[in-house]
Amino acid sequence: MEQMILQISWVDWLIIAIYFLFVLGIGLYLKKYTKTGEDFFIAGRKNSAWVAGLAFLSANMGALELLGMTGNTVKYGMFTAHFYWVGAIPAMLFLAIYMMPFYYSSRIHSIPGYLKLRFDEKTRVLNAIAFAVMTLLMSGINLYAMALVLRTFLGWDWNVSMWVSALTVAAYVTLGGLLSAIFTEIVQFFLIWFGLFLVTILGIIDIGGWSEIFNRLPDSMGALWSTSTDAANNGMQVTWPGIILGLGFVLSFGYWTTDFLVVQRAFSSKDLRSARMTPIIASFFKMALPFIVIFAGLVAWVLTKDPNAHFSLLQENGVVNYDSALPMLIARYYPEGLIGLGVTALLAGFMAGQAGNISAFNTVWTYDIYKSVINKGATDRHYVWMGRAATVVGILLSLVTAYWAKSAPSIMDYTQAIFSWVNAPLFATMLLGMFVVWITPNGAFWGFLAGMISSFSMFLAVKFNWISAGVLTLSKEASDMSANFWRAWWAWLICLVVTVVVSLVTKPKPREELIGLVKGLTTIELEKNLPFYKKPEVMALLAILLFVLLNVYFW
Amino acid sequence: MSESKMLSIWFFVGLMLTVLGLIITCMGIYFVFNPETTTAMAHLNPSLWWGVVMLFSGLLFLIPSWQNHRSGK
Repeated sequence: MEQMILQISWVDWLIIAIYFLFVLGIGLYLKKYTKTGEDFFIAGRKNSAWVAGLAFLSANMGALELLGMTGNTVKYGMFTAHFYWVGAIPAMLFLAIYMMPFYYSSRIHSIPGYLKLRFDEKTRVLNAIAFAVMTLLMSGINLYAMALVLRTFLGWDWNVSMWVSALTVAAYVTLGGLLSAIFTEIVQFFLIWFGLFLVTILGIIDIGGWSEIFNRLPDSMGALWSTSTDAANNGMQVTWPGIILGLGFVLSFGYWTTDFLVVQRAFSSKDLRSARMTPIIASFFKMALPFIVIFAGLVAWVLTKDPNAHFSLLQENGVVNYDSALPMLIARYYPEGLIGLGVTALLAGFMAGQAGNISAFNTVWTYDIYKSVINKGATDRHYVWMGRAATVVGILLSLVTAYWAKSAPSIMDYTQAIFSWVNAPLFATMLLGMFVVWITPNGAFWGFLAGMISSFSMFLAVKFNWISAGVLTLSKEASDMSANFWRAWWAWLICLVVTVVVSLVTKPKPREELIGLVKGLTTIELEKNLPFYKKPEVMALLAILLFVLLNVYFW
Repeated sequence: MSESKMLSIWFFVGLMLTVLGLIITCMGIYFVFNPETTTAMAHLNPSLWWGVVMLFSGLLFLIPSWQNHRSGK
């Protein structure tokens, strides 16, 4: 079944080919600058705040997210913007101001590396294994989803699109390590803006202006907070406590402050100020992203309700495919040439996401599993070799996962839930570890394990109808999204309680071993002689102001 | 250290945007003489003005980063 929504001409092929040659060329060019472990795994710690900041955001800005969030907007309206604003900005700023000084100053290579210093080896290895499995699972599912999108909208062969993109990513990450991944992520950032923002601009002109779009939207679609007092009033079926506790606090803080995939980019900064500015710079662009995805989704919603627009989303067996919104808008507005640019933006998003997963995986595998458990005393050169080998093996395992997903598409249902299995409890472990001195290694280990197991058990219990989702969400109506938010909250709470209780009865690490790792025992030299406008705190305040204004404007 | 100084990321961003902007602009010029009628906003010829925006944005990155590289900054 090849539907070919987008017709590709020779000039579109030319643009796509240029992109592939370009990223491979970057990998080849950077190889000579990638010699030591520090170069390969942490990009030499030479990046400016702008480079690290854009890479930080791009590692999270995958094409699946762009397609999915545009689709979610058609389904849920402005509520989807919560993922970009309350579901990201406070966490990114908290990371910058409070957590980054501990991360960066301890000169670690990875998040599990911090757990080793703050707690012990077993907590590190538990987190490293969970992260490696989660990363490969996500990487494989993304690969499968990419092939599915390319087949549905372009009629491309399933195997060819999967293997060509996977091998291209393997080639340039193997050659240049994290530096290659960061370079291509930044190129991808610009390609996404130039490739997809035009859809929104043309859509707004097409409908007759910004205010005309909002005039045509019902309250349930156009409001951000005002319909959140009752789950029945909004399509997402979630109330404001669910948004704030589940998404805004646990899921968001769990992802943005502990997921090594994004935090690794900040570790590549040249100094502490740049590392702290990394999430702050990213936060401004994160706040701007709804102007692509959310507004494109609103344009698509308005067009589908206008019979004169002759616009509809794809339907499969009578079920609306909401993720088709963005490709259908591209087909509506883009002539040849621009279609190539739009497709390249999506491809770049897929591949940069893949590269992000793989570069984080190779670091965690090499430093936190291989070097920590299997081979402790090897040379730096050997670990770089292992990093390159892990890249290739990681890509092959992603391909295996992708074929598994193809044979059992229901595993796609698990993608939303995967983050709450690992990141939600990890956030509790990190928070306690970084800010409470008396938390013990055993407390952290058992708390983290209990959090992961409880999150996974709650997921299975709802999935197989052992309990209703309403038990978790404390409400009658509960969408999958709402259950996801609340499951994250409970997993976080369980991890927190178990960690505290076990810490009360077990032995803490000596205080002198915690200097530089825990607030209260540490004096970190922050930037004192900077002009005020260059201080991270001032820029974070500006970001908060903008965040509040956006929420009030779209209330 | 005899190794040459690494080109900055902004050079690569500029190069990519310039090359793709040039191609899109050329398509826009082509559509001036051979108007396309299949897309909803064809009368605006988005390829032309968006291509020019991309091209100039690309040059804004490309030229300074190349000059900095040449001068060894």
